[in-house]
Amino acid sequence: MKTENEMRLEFRSKSVNESFSRTAVAAFVALLDPTVEELSDVKTAVSEAVTNAIVHGYRDAPGTVVLAAAVLSGGRVRIRVRDKGIGIADIAQARQPLFTTGGGERAGLGFAVMESCMDRVRVRSAPGKGTTVTLEKVIGGK
Amino acid sequence: MSAKIEYRKKEICVLLDGEIDHHAASLLRVSIDDAVLHKRPSLLILDFGAVTFMDSSGIGLVMGRYKLLRSVGGRLRVQNLSPAAYKVMRLAGLDKLGELRQKEVV
Repeated sequence: MKTENEMRLEFRSKSVNESFSRTAVAAFVALLDPTVEELSDVKTAVSEAVTNAIVHGYRDAPGTVVLAAAVLSGGRVRIRVRDKGIGIADIAQARQPLFTTGGGERAGLGFAVMESCMDRVRVRSAPGKGTTVTLEKVIGGK
Repeated sequence: MSAKIEYRKKEICVLLDGEIDHHAASLLRVSIDDAVLHKRPSLLILDFGAVTFMDSSGIGLVMGRYKLLRSVGGRLRVQNLSPAAYKVMRLAGLDKLGELRQKEVV
């Protein structure tokens, strides 16, 4: 698939960067003239993926989160959020609604929310190596 | 994100304003829990009327406050929810923990 536009961000796994990263992606996706709902969906999904990288991936030691976004043909947006943190041993379990290792303050809905906001959510992970979440959505616009 | 905490007799009303993500929720939690443990209200109201963005951390925030309220014998009400936030909270089953009210459409 032809890539029409690309951007890449690298930032430290600090929780203040959750807001920075979703706002940056929203500004990039805004170039496609999305609807308010499409933009809100992308922001929410990115926020979930980046929060997972910070809260879970880099739970034990801080690190760098790499976010790459691309606009493909047909208005398809692909966003990759990558960490080199602890990784996920059982991806199917992690994707289950309400499953969390984050304690009483985490709802365990991160992947469920990503799935409801995006057309496609892929997860690649290896314990000790890190996790890559790929989010895809076609932006139809107004 | 900011929060204004109002005290009314046996109630505490928290007016949330701005974006609720994991970062904001962890700050909000501290100030809300401080108020609840100090006043031990019979009702805690979380008002989402001025919330402009929320991810699943908002759900976690409500769930955590429900547990705290139950431990001090109080009830929880979440009000002025946008249709999207109301839907997500119902899907998460929060309507079984407290009262959820949508923003009134004018």
